[in-house]
This record gives sequence, C-alpha cells and structure tokens, in this order.
Amino acid sequence: MQKRHLILILYILFLLLPIYWLVAMSFKTTNEILSGFSLFPQTFTLENYETIFTDPSWYWGYINSILYVSINTVISVAVALPAAYAFSRYSFLGDKQLFFWLLTNRMAPAAVFALPFFQLYSAVGLFDTHLAVALAHCLFNIPLAVWILEGFMSGVPKELDETAYVDGYSFPRFFVTIFLPSISSGVGVAAFFCFMFSWVELLLAKTLTAVAAKPIAATMTKTASSAGYELGLLAAAGTLTIIPGAIVIYFVRNYIAKGFALGRV
Amino acid sequence: MMKTQNQKAWFFVLPVLVLVAFNALIPMMTVVNYSVQETFGNNLFFWQGLDWFEKLLNSDRFHAALGRQFLFTGIILAIEIPLGIIIALCMPRKGFWVPVCLVTMALPMLIPWNVVGAMWNIFTLPDIGLLGYLMNHTLGVTYNMTQDPLAAWITIVVMDVWHWTSLVVLLSYAGLVSIPDAYYQAAKIDGASSWSVFRYIQLPKMKQVLTIAILLRFMDSFNIYTEPFVLTGGGPGNSTTLLSIDLVKIALGQFDLGPAAAMSLIYFAITLLVSWLFYTLMTKNDAK
Repeated sequence: MQKRHLILILYILFLLLPIYWLVAMSFKTTNEILSGFSLFPQTFTLENYETIFTDPSWYWGYINSILYVSINTVISVAVALPAAYAFSRYSFLGDKQLFFWLLTNRMAPAAVFALPFFQLYSAVGLFDTHLAVALAHCLFNIPLAVWILEGFMSGVPKELDETAYVDGYSFPRFFVTIFLPSISSGVGVAAFFCFMFSWVELLLAKTLTAVAAKPIAATMTKTASSAGYELGLLAAAGTLTIIPGAIVIYFVRNYIAKGFALGRV
Repeated sequence: MMKTQNQKAWFFVLPVLVLVAFNALIPMMTVVNYSVQETFGNNLFFWQGLDWFEKLLNSDRFHAALGRQFLFTGIILAIEIPLGIIIALCMPRKGFWVPVCLVTMALPMLIPWNVVGAMWNIFTLPDIGLLGYLMNHTLGVTYNMTQDPLAAWITIVVMDVWHWTSLVVLLSYAGLVSIPDAYYQAAKIDGASSWSVFRYIQLPKMKQVLTIAILLRFMDSFNIYTEPFVLTGGGPGNSTTLLSIDLVKIALGQFDLGPAAAMSLIYFAITLLVSWLFYTLMTKNDAK
C-alpha cells in the first residue's frame, strides 16, 4: 500500500515541478530570471500579467484560440455523433475500411500538410479566419471523436433503441431525448479530447492565420525580440494558457473519472 | 452486438466524410502533385517523375532522420506504456483523491505544444533553470542539452514522458475501473497471486484501451514536431533532428517543395504501414 502511494506521489511531483517552475517564473522580473537561480520569486511582480491583460495583441490571442477551439469542438462532436451511431449500429458497404481510413487521418503529419492547407484555405477565401483553423483541426479531431463515441455507443444495448421505436418514438426524438443522455459521459470525454487537441495544436493554427485569428501560442513568439528573450512575459503567457485547460478539466473531471469506464474508452 | 444491414447509414457518415475528405484529400493531392515536379519561383512547374523518391530513398540524411525517428518512438513506447500501466495500477479506485489525481495528470496534456517546448527549454537551462541548476550545481553532473547530444536526447525523452504518460494512465485507468469487483473476489478465493491477477484479469480487460493508447502514442510520437523543435531546434548538430523537423527544414526552410512532398509521402506511408500493423495485430487477438 505504501509503495503504491510513493510511486503515485513521485509521479505527480514530477508532473508538477516544471509547471511550478513556469508559474514561479511568471512572477519574476526578466532581470531576476537571467541573473541566476532562485526557487522562489525574490522580487514578486505582477508586471508580466499586467502587460498581457492590457495589450490587445496579447489578450486577443487568447480570445482567438478559445473561439476556434470552441467552434471546432462543436463541429467535431456534432458530425461525429450520427457517424458513430451508424458505425456502432449498422453494417454497410465499406464500413470497416471507412473506419480505418478515418483513423489514418490522425497519422498525417501536420508538418506535411501545413503548406497545402495554407493554399487550400487561401483558395476558398477562409485564410485568417477562426473557421479555417476550426475546420482544419477537424482533420484529426473528428476521427478521434468518432472512435471514442463509437465505443460508448456500442456499450449501450441495442434493446434500448428497439424499445423506443416500439413506444412510438421517432428517430430524432429517440436520439436526443433517450440516446444522448445515456451516453452523455461519452460526449463529455469526446468533447474534452477535441478541446484538448485543438487547444494544443499550433503548427496548423499558425499557418492558417495572420492577424485577425492569430492564436495565443503564435503571439508568444513575440517575446523573442531583438532585445533578447523576455522570459518573464513568456512564462506569464504560458501560465495563462494552462488556465482554460484547467477549467475544462474541472468541469469534465467526473466524466473523466467515471465516463471512461462506461464505454470502451 | 449484431449489426443491422442498412445502406442508408451512409447518410449518417456523410458529414464526417465530407469534412475529413475536404481536409485530407485535397491537400494530399497537392502533395502528390508537388512530389513529381520541380518548382522554380512561384508558378513554374516541370515534370520530374519519380526522381525525388529515388534520390530520397538513397540519401543518408533521410535514413539518419528516419533512424532517429524510430529510435525516439521506440524509446517513448517502451517507457510510457509500462509506466502508464504501473501508475494506473497505483491509482486509488474511489474517493476524494481520484479526481485530484486525474486532474493533475491531465494538466501537462493541456499545455500548448510550443509552450511545453519553451517551458522545458527554460527548465533545463544550466545556470538559471531548476533542473539544469540542480544537475550542475547540486548533483555535480555536467548537463547541458544545447551542447551534449546525449543530454539533448534524454531531455526530449523525459519531456515526452512528462507530457504524454498521463494519456496512457487515463486510458489504462478507465480499463481498470471497468473490471467488476466479482472478478477480484473470485481471484482471491482461488488464491491468485497479484501477478496472475494482473496477467489474467487486469491486462486482458485493459487490452482495448491499451490498443488505443499504443496507437495514439505511436502516431503522435512518430509525427512529433513542435515540442522537440522548440526545445532543441534539432540540435546540437543534427542529433535530435527527427523526421518531421527535417521535413520542415526542407519544405519551409529551403522551399524545396518537390523533395519535401516526396518525403511527406514516404513518411506518411511508413506511419500508415506501422499503424496498420499495430492495428491488425492488436485487433486480431480479439478473435481468440
């Protein structure tokens, strides 16, 4: 029993240490960071955060990121739901091949697709819009959402569908009022994964935006100016990128704990 | 579950198909198109045939990058999968600490990839970073990942373990929680050792989620770009230039679209082949 706890505590310490370092650094001045090692901020400052919250080019980065991530999550889950239902309930021509093909799209190296993506989205006039990034991230989020939801749906007995039809439910009404609530934790987990992968992806987001929809992660490259790195600012910006993620985990924490167990995932 | 034969189910899949195909097929055609041509300036294209592929498959640079890529992915899988399972086994099943553990573990995964790279870069700086300072000044180990290739490798591996082991933990944990208590009670009555409980009850029950974990970790570590690029920039020298870093150097650095496109296709083909192998191997055992 003791050993198990020790392993767990060591692992969590290992996870938290770099995060602590980032947060501690965000309260230091850049001078203090560069002048040497200190475990705690010697001259505690909020200056770095102040810069971010008062400069529109900074805080719009966060708003842009949150916007396209939300759009992506909604689109991915919305189209993945019927598809996952089809895969879990029906067999149709080419279903297995289609399922694997979907999966292969997660394997496409984003580095490869960056340039063609730029050309494609410029051609359809979506370049530098939130929608462009949201749609591009569908490439890897939809397959994952379908995969996760299919697992959850397969865990729901088919008798539920049949009973509902016997009771005279139409398909859309059954789907929304009976089926969706019974896989709600699956939807939570799928949405969480979509949020997560869209939030952390940078290469495509950076390629597809210039000014109007620039993500925060791209804004951060600004900290490396001719005057050298503004490490304090970089740390503060990095710390702030953790917060939306932490809020989302807080809301889906029960789904993560219980939800995973219900379906295959 | 018995599935009903229903061709109309295609309509359910259609939106997914349209969206993914728009994102996958059109760029893929562009890549194929580039891979057989030579570009001059912006709009001049010449037919090149399969030259790029031939050159690439014979180039040492490509072999070296590919070798490093396989080495990296191999090490990552060998560490993260067992470690993830061990941590998942150590997790409490019930109570207040479950969400606390899960939330803390999910944190690293939610940090944007370039922030992860930047964070580890500062974390490991010899004189001012926490890890770098501890290693050099407290433990007396010379550790500087910008100069020593071995240190650079250890750093990117540790960074990836830090970043992604939790994914394996979350998935394995999900598999573990889904095991009914009755299984454990039966094992206890039979006097099974904890190893046989693991081998014959827990591992088979985790198999499906582990398949997902292994596939996701393989695909993502094989395509990894942002974190190691921000961390080391592929250096020192070329020691940590993984395949994707090399690819971007060629495509965006030198603007050699033809070779870069050919390289992408080979890269994609390898990823696809290995994933397919994993996928069939792991789903084939289901039938047994």
